[in-house]
Amino acid sequence: MRKQDVSRREFIKQSAGVAGFLAVLASPMATVLARDKASAGMPQEPADKKKRAWCMVIDLKKCDGCVTIGTVPQCTNACILGHYVPKGQQWIEVYEDDLPGGGKYFLPAPCYQCENAPCVNVCPVAATYHDKDGVVLIDHRRCIGCRLCMSACPYHRRFFNWGEPILPPEAAFAEYSPHYPVPAVKGTVIKCMFCSHLLPNGKLPFCVAGCPMKALYMGDLNEDIASNGKDVVQLSKFLSENDAFRYKEELGTKPRVYYLPGHGQTFGRTADDPRPFVPATWPWGGESGFVRPDGIFPWSETK
Amino acid sequence: MRSRAIESFQDRLERVSLAPLIHTQKTYYLFVFLLLATVAWGLYAYAIQLRYGLVTTGLGDQVMYGVYIVNFVFFIGISYAGALVSAILRLTNAGWRSPITRISEIIAVGGLTDGALQPIIDLGHPERAWHIIAYGRFQSPLLWDIIAITTYLVGSLLYLYLPLIPDLALARDRLGQSASGFKRKIFTVFAVGWQDTPDQRKRLNRAIGIMAIMIIPLAVSVHTVVAFIFSMTLRPGWNSTIYGVYFVIGAVFSGTAVLLIVIAIFRKVYHFEEYIKEKHFRNLGYMLLALLLLYLYLTFTEYLTGGYKMEEGEEQLLTLVMLGKNAPWFWFFVIAGMIVPAFLLIFSKLKTIPMVLIAAVLVVLGMWVKRYIIIVPTLEVPLMPFEFGSYSPTWVEISIGLATLAGFSVMVTLAAKFMPLVSVWELKEEAEKETHHKEEAEGQR
Repeated sequence: MRKQDVSRREFIKQSAGVAGFLAVLASPMATVLARDKASAGMPQEPADKKKRAWCMVIDLKKCDGCVTIGTVPQCTNACILGHYVPKGQQWIEVYEDDLPGGGKYFLPAPCYQCENAPCVNVCPVAATYHDKDGVVLIDHRRCIGCRLCMSACPYHRRFFNWGEPILPPEAAFAEYSPHYPVPAVKGTVIKCMFCSHLLPNGKLPFCVAGCPMKALYMGDLNEDIASNGKDVVQLSKFLSENDAFRYKEELGTKPRVYYLPGHGQTFGRTADDPRPFVPATWPWGGESGFVRPDGIFPWSETK
Repeated sequence: MRSRAIESFQDRLERVSLAPLIHTQKTYYLFVFLLLATVAWGLYAYAIQLRYGLVTTGLGDQVMYGVYIVNFVFFIGISYAGALVSAILRLTNAGWRSPITRISEIIAVGGLTDGALQPIIDLGHPERAWHIIAYGRFQSPLLWDIIAITTYLVGSLLYLYLPLIPDLALARDRLGQSASGFKRKIFTVFAVGWQDTPDQRKRLNRAIGIMAIMIIPLAVSVHTVVAFIFSMTLRPGWNSTIYGVYFVIGAVFSGTAVLLIVIAIFRKVYHFEEYIKEKHFRNLGYMLLALLLLYLYLTFTEYLTGGYKMEEGEEQLLTLVMLGKNAPWFWFFVIAGMIVPAFLLIFSKLKTIPMVLIAAVLVVLGMWVKRYIIIVPTLEVPLMPFEFGSYSPTWVEISIGLATLAGFSVMVTLAAKFMPLVSVWELKEEAEKETHHKEEAEGQR
């Protein structure tokens, strides 16, 4: 009996010792592992204390690729103008995809702000991260330009500033923050960030506000509400009743952009409408969007 | 009693192996000059890339990795020559390895240094590379790479250095005034007071034994995590479970081929025919054949498992690789990099050295192309409903790529001037063992 007591006491003592030792060992590990948030000590957007889960709903029944009005897709255009997007990048890009029985539909694709984001997982320096509202942001002061996130993104929604972007002079006056990455930084990765500089102030993103068909909705999964600037809908009911889907859902990335199937029928566009959308244009960017050497000599620079 | 034959063998060995350290031919200087000129041109190209950014390359938002990453995988692969020959052959006690261990370890260090530079050249912001240490995330495969490669580089340097100590002491003692003051100083410092006492030998052998065991898991880990950079993504072709093994085997395979080429050159230039014999080419040739078959098998399973199911992305990739734009590369790899070398190696008994060497050159070319086939076509496959991407390297990438190769060659070439290229003390040990056996056998008779 007595012998057992001693051994029990010893056992407890020893296990406490081992646990303490392990804790000491683990503490530097914990600090290293906890450091997965970039931009610690950076001024965060203060306006909204609430924890949001921003998401977007795109009603393809209303999206006619702007062919019925004969302009470039207005979401892309508003985005380019609003963020001084370097030439060649379309943070929200309209794709033309095939319908099963022939014909085309249009698919506007912003960054999907995945909950299980492959890009965030592979970033070696935590330059790309989720902010408190679930938006995937990039800190361009930390990004080293390895482009691992671009190879990891299964939706091709990330772009690289291959050189010094040619932007209008007023872009230089913008105050940079990961929420509003303007002006674009050479040698870093850039993408749509859901206009998270506008959202806390109760404003809609440029693309949502710019869509003349009101096909884009901005929503909050936590408050179960979404709006396209005209109507306000109950998000969960809206998604279910309209058979919403997410692009490449089977990959398990849990995107926060939902599509309601359609091909622009609300505005009378038929499935076999042959009109293609008008390619996006940039008012800046010179020929290729970046400062480039002309020929092999550095002194013969062109813009 | 030592026989005279042994004495003269040892004298000759010392003379031949130390000769490159003191005598330098004009052609050597010319060769090094050409290599350095290539490196300088590459540095100029890199300066332009730094000035304008990666816009000077042929890369784009779709195909965002090109020649640099191909070279990264290729040169890290080459470094496996060291792990294979010096560690595996040492552990299996293959006596014939002694004359080629030194060269293989030099290749390992050269290949690793060169390979490790590639991702930094590929960075958009190379001056921020320190962020990886300051803000590193263990969740990222790139960090696994950094850790594995630096550890392996340190291990390889140690593993090159340890067996070098007795030979540096030999150079210190034998060369005397015939070596320049600078070199003598190097030999003296790095020989760390080696006097060839039995105690020192015992310790050295134990250290080498430990390193030989440690270097194998290190080497395996390095190319496994290099493969993880690709296989941790959701892309067709890369999204594969066998990539770790596939890359490791491919690395040993290409490393052995490069080793064959380098020992053939050094053998010819520095007259090592007495030590690097036909036997070495034959044995390494058989190993190359075994690795080739293993790699062929893995390639076959890799493409069959994808091609049988024909998922959309996989189908696009296979069409692109086997029938489309990349088909010439792919079939070059299959025919010139696999089938032809296989036959050359199978029938290498006819004329061992030339046949094995041709096979090795083809394998090296084929394996470079294979890395291209792994990396570029996968990125060309569209992920969204849009067109296929395309990639062709610019003069900046080609210049930097050639400079990389020249840099590797320069490292290996310069090594010939600072260390004996064959492991003199191990060869002596081998020779003593052999005569000992012979004498014993004669005595018993």
